[in-house]
This record gives sequence, structure tokens and C-alpha cells, in this order.
Amino acid sequence: MSNKLAVKWGLIIAILLGSLYLIYPNYRWYSKPLAEREQLDTLGERPKRMLNLGLDLRGGSSLLLELDVSKLNTSEPLNEAMQRAVEIIRNRIDQYGLAETQITRQGDKWIMVQLPGVSNPQRAEELIGKTAMLEFRIVKNDTTQAQAAIEALEASEKPFDDEGNLLPSIAKLVPAGYQILRTKDGGYSLVTAEATVTGADLDTARVVMMGENGFPEVSFTFKPEGGKKFGQLTGANIGKNLAIVLDNTIQSAPVVNSRITQQGRISGSFTPEEARSLAIVLKAGALPAPVRVIEKKTIGPTLGEDSIKSGLSASAIALVLILLFMAIYYKAAGVIADVALVLNFVFTVAIMSYFSATLTLPGIAGMILSLAMAIDANVLIIERMREEKLLGKPVYEIINLGYDKAWSAIFDSNITTMIVGACLLQFGTGPVKGFAVTLIIGLGVSLFTAVFVTRAIYELILTSNTKEISL
Amino acid sequence: MMRLLPKTNIDFLKYRKVYYTLFALLLVVGIICFFTRGFNMGIDFTGGTMVQVKFEQPVDMGQVRNALTVTGANSELQSFGDNSFAISEKSTSEEVGVVQQRIENALNTLNVPYTVLQTNSVGPAVGANMTERALWSILLSMVFIIIYVAFRFNNILWGLSGVVALFHDLFLMAVAFSITQREIDLVVVAAFLTVAGFSINDTIVIFDRMRENVRLHPKISFGELINLSINETLSRTIITTLTVLFALFVLYFFGGEVINSFAFAMLIGCVSGVYSTIALTTPLVYTWSHGEYHDGGNTASKPAARKQAETATSVGNERNNQRPVVRKRQRRNHR
Repeated sequence: MSNKLAVKWGLIIAILLGSLYLIYPNYRWYSKPLAEREQLDTLGERPKRMLNLGLDLRGGSSLLLELDVSKLNTSEPLNEAMQRAVEIIRNRIDQYGLAETQITRQGDKWIMVQLPGVSNPQRAEELIGKTAMLEFRIVKNDTTQAQAAIEALEASEKPFDDEGNLLPSIAKLVPAGYQILRTKDGGYSLVTAEATVTGADLDTARVVMMGENGFPEVSFTFKPEGGKKFGQLTGANIGKNLAIVLDNTIQSAPVVNSRITQQGRISGSFTPEEARSLAIVLKAGALPAPVRVIEKKTIGPTLGEDSIKSGLSASAIALVLILLFMAIYYKAAGVIADVALVLNFVFTVAIMSYFSATLTLPGIAGMILSLAMAIDANVLIIERMREEKLLGKPVYEIINLGYDKAWSAIFDSNITTMIVGACLLQFGTGPVKGFAVTLIIGLGVSLFTAVFVTRAIYELILTSNTKEISL
Repeated sequence: MMRLLPKTNIDFLKYRKVYYTLFALLLVVGIICFFTRGFNMGIDFTGGTMVQVKFEQPVDMGQVRNALTVTGANSELQSFGDNSFAISEKSTSEEVGVVQQRIENALNTLNVPYTVLQTNSVGPAVGANMTERALWSILLSMVFIIIYVAFRFNNILWGLSGVVALFHDLFLMAVAFSITQREIDLVVVAAFLTVAGFSINDTIVIFDRMRENVRLHPKISFGELINLSINETLSRTIITTLTVLFALFVLYFFGGEVINSFAFAMLIGCVSGVYSTIALTTPLVYTWSHGEYHDGGNTASKPAARKQAETATSVGNERNNQRPVVRKRQRRNHR
């Protein structure tokens, strides 16, 4: 064996071993029973570098959220607000203990949240959907003007217009610097329009299961700076009611008895679940603006299982048929091409595992296309070799000419298809991207396996003085 | 050596008027179809809600429909057999989740236990965005392909005609989906994209052979050159296509309901991809270059002499650009 050929084979074997090493965790993981996998998932002991199955293959839910840009603070650029929103949602989900959730930005103002294995995303939706803007405001209930405004409001059948703004006839009764907010039990209160202390001033929050009136409560502590501000606020308003406002609804309005600087509680007849969610969202921080669910998909575990089962078995049958056909039609050359095909599959899965890529149905379609391109590359080469063989050339020349002449067609067709893949990657959304990713990886791999590896095999065969190769 | 077909010598270009007529016919039929039948776009594109359920006891389709009508749900009902149904409502402007609740309420009136297999609620803005992005990516791919092919094969006409074939394939698939009223969902879009890849691949292989034959046979006319190239690559085209069709037939019959649509689209697209390369790409290259294309500077046999003046520039360019490439390859091939 020449040095050059030895280097080639060294490289191929190294890549093969590396690939098997990368694929092994997949094998170990997916051979475990589902229950055990789920348990390990919640413990966070899922291997990092592994091929993930998309929601369409394993079941789960996905939510597409839209950030209400009109309610953004104008001083914060959209891009930063989005990044912050993604971070906050991730924090909330992580604390809730949902494993392997993927949260990604999509376009300008959309956020995709994928929850594998969750077949009823309602809890997650509540957790994510809350803006969680916590504010502390002082209630004004000591003037006749305030009472007049509230009475007018309660007397009116439809106090708000369609956009949620107060009707002008009532709005003019509201004193300057104040606004009317709904309370949790359906009433209204007049509170200061400005909130000096907000959720951003909180340090931590936790659930107190048995609160003062028997309901769960959420207790929180302030950051040092926030504590100072809260001390000023409460100190100046002893004897008045302090409204604890969450997402523009007054949760409770206890009387301030003394100056408070360190911690507080929010009570408001919560269920334990509500209290838990509230503690999570307070700790994770408020979203920069409200979000709205604009797309919701759930795929039950049985459907995912069925589609993967029938899809996989059909793909396996198809692959075996192709391998058989190649071996029968092209004999030895066909078998060599088959080896390349199998390697193509192995390498593609290995690369996808390394990047922890997610395999979806469109992704499988991308793999099929790249496998077909790999077959085509080999067919091109073998057909060229046949042409040379018919001209009666010696075997080494048949092989060299076969590869040399087929190369430009293989190269150009792979590059053009990659161009398509790149455009799809750039402009496509979720599923289309999945297709593009596997396609591009597969095409890159097929250039290596269908051309480089098969040639190395022929060259290895030639070292033993072979006079003929059956094509 | 096992051979599916003997060495052929078919004059593919001879029938180009037939191909063009067929293409024109397809365009007419297609446009009529688009306007009269339209597409059965899935809710991924229109926006809307779909709920797929499976009842634990046998339920009649009429019963389910009744339950839906009584509650005023304006839904489409589809049965998948084994008591599994998909109920969908399209392009609703209601909040995501509201329709789903309404459908489930309607099903509850049947008093038959069921499990929800999948749900899908898409806001209208999402669907519009999805369509727009898919179209953009296909359009952009086409532009880049024209540029790349023009660069690699020194002729913008080749790239253009390749893209016409690509358009033909996608158009034919669209017509097939319009006629059968199969639902177009994201998986089908993936199939469209795959076919786009296939179609180009096929085109490139023949272009590559033409590029090579220009050098090997400088004396033959452009028409002969095209026919020769197609005939020489025919064996490869058939083998590759057959292998892929094999796989697709298996997927079509055994792949399950999700893959079925994908395989259907691919089957049509693959056959169309091969056909369009032979029946559109190369004839168009021929027609658009007025049958002129020769490396040696001799006049071609087919085109009328008066057309030479018009094409002289492009032919000259090709000759100049082609030469260095040819020499380089010659050396490589015979080292």
C-alpha cells in the first residue's frame, strides 16, 4: 500500500470510529424504556450530544408566541427586548422543570417554545403567557372625587371601549396622577398611576403553602436597592392601602402598618398551582411586553410513535431494496457503492448527534434526498467506468477515468442542490429549516463517501493486482 | 455487464414542438385548475384549527358530523379509519385555542370516550408568513441556480432553461395537488423542495455531459450534441430514477398517512424532473440559441445562415470561455 493510500484509509477509519463514538449515546439512550428516559430527562441526565427527535416523531407541544410590540418600552430596542423575553421564558420553563424545552426566536417578534412529551400544554401556556409585571401602588380612597369615579364606573354597564380604554365620561372624573384598576374579585380601585417599586426590585420569591387566611401565598424578598425604595414608599404611606398589582390587576391591597424594607407577601386566594406559577414568574422577572399565543400544536405520543414506526420501517425497506438493486445490477461496484451509502447514513447521523440536531419528518425527507444524491453520484461514476470498460481499457484506467469524468457532474449537482438548501435555511421556518439542515449535512457527507471513500476502496482492491472489477 | 437498455440513439429534439405544446397545455390546464378548484391548503398556511381524535368505541361519521353541526361548529370532517377523525376549521380570526375548545365540546356531546391524537391551531398571520417565506426561498433558489449555472457553464441560457424545467416540475406537482385536492401541509412543502433538488440534479448531469461533448466532438451540430449527451446519460438517468422510484413506492404504500402525501408528491415530481430535463431544458437551450453552439467555429448544419449574425456574439463568448476550461480538463483526464 502506498503512503498516500495508507493516509486515506487512516482518515476514513478515524472518521468511522469517531462517528460510532458519537452515535453510541443515541443507541444507549433509545434502547432504554420510555419511562426510564423520562425519569432521566427530569433529572437532567440526558446526554448532551445526541440526536433529538422532533415533536412530529415523539409527540409533544409547540407554542408560537408573539410579543405585543406596541406595548414595549420605547427606550428598549426590539432586538434586546426579544432577547430578554426569550431569556425570561427560558428561566420560567427551567424552573418549572420541563426537560429539553427548546425556545427559539423566529422572525422579528415571534418566539417558538417546543415542549417535547407535553401533550397538554395548558400549564406551560399559563406560565409563559403571564407578563408578570408586578407593581406596588398606593390606593386612593379618601376623597369624594375618587369615590365618584368608582361609583360612576360601577354604575356603567360598559365602562370600557373595545380597546380597553376607560370611557371619556368616567375618565374625566379620575384625578391627575391616578388611574383605575380592576381588582381580582371584580371590583375597581383608584391607585397612583406611577409605580416606584416593581417586580424588577425583587430578589427571590417562594410559595408559602399555608398563608394567614389558609390560602397559599407568595412571599418575596427585595434586593437591597429595591428594599430602600419600598421602605420609602411604605414609610410615607402608613395607614393607607398598598395595592399589589400583577399584570394590571390588583391582587390584594393590605393596609400598611409600618415601614417595610426587606420582604413582603402577596395573598389573594391562590390555588397551590397558581401560587407556584406566580412565584416562578416573579423570580424569573417580567416580560418586556405581553405575549400572545398565535400557534399551538400538540401531537399525542401515540401518533408520534405510529408515524415513526411506519415511517422508519418503510424507509428501512426502501433502503434495503436500493442496496439490493445496486448490488445486483452493478455487482462488485454496486456493493462498493452500498458500503458508501451505509457510511453516508452513519456519518450524517453522527454529525447530527454532535450538533444535537433535531430530527423531524421533513428532516428525514432531506436525508432521503441526500441519500438519493449519493446513489446518483455512484451511478454516474459506475456508468462512466462501464463506458471506459467497453473501450477495453485496463482496470486502473477504468477507475481513474470513471472518477475524473464523473466528478464535475457530481460536484456541480451537489453544489446547486446545496444552494437550494442554503436558501431554505435562510428563509425557511422551523420544518423547512429541518429539511435544509439534514440536506446540507447529507450532501457534504455524500461528496466524501460517494467519491472519496469508494475510490479508496477501489485503490485498495487494485493493490492486490486485481485485473478486473465486475461492474 | 447487466444492462437495462442498449445503447440508444434517439432524436429527442425532434419532438420539441410536441413538448412545448404539452407544456403550454399543462400551463392552461393548471391555471384553469388553480382558478376553478384551487388548493386544499392545510391550516399551516391558511390559519385555523385542527383536532384529531380517536374514539374508544366505534362511532359513525354521520354521528360526529351531527354533533359538530348541532353546536354550530363550521368544521370539515375527515375519517382515517379505526375510529379516528380529524376535525378542522380554517382561517379563523378567533384566539388560538377557542375553536379547539368548541370542537372538543361538540365531541363531548357524543358521550363516547376519546383521546386527542393531535391538535394544531395556527393564527392567520403565521400561515401568511409561512407561505411568504416558502415562496421567497424557492424564488431565491431559482435566481442563485441561474447565476451558478451561468458561471459554471458559461451561458446564462442554460441556467434559465434549467429553471424553466424546475418551474415545470413544481407547477405539475401543484396541478396534481389541485386536481386531487390533497391537502398541502408542511410535509408536502418538503416534498416540493426535494423535487426541486432532484430536478436540478438531473439537469446538471446532462449539462455536464454537453459541456464535455462540446470539447470531444467539435464538428457536430448543436442538435446532435444535445441528442448525444442525452443518449449517453440515459442509462444513468433511468437507473437513478428507478432506484428513487423504488424507495418512493415503498414509502407511498407502507409509510403511513403522514409520509403518504410526501411520497405522492415525490413520485410525480421525480418522473416530471426526468421528463422536463429531456423535454424542456435541453430543447429550450437549443431553441434559444437558435441551434447554434459549436466550439470549432464551423457553421452548424441546422440553423439558417441569416441567424448566424444574431448569435455571433454569444457563440464567440462561449468559445473564448470554453477553451481554457477544456484544456485543463484534458490534461487532468489523461495524466
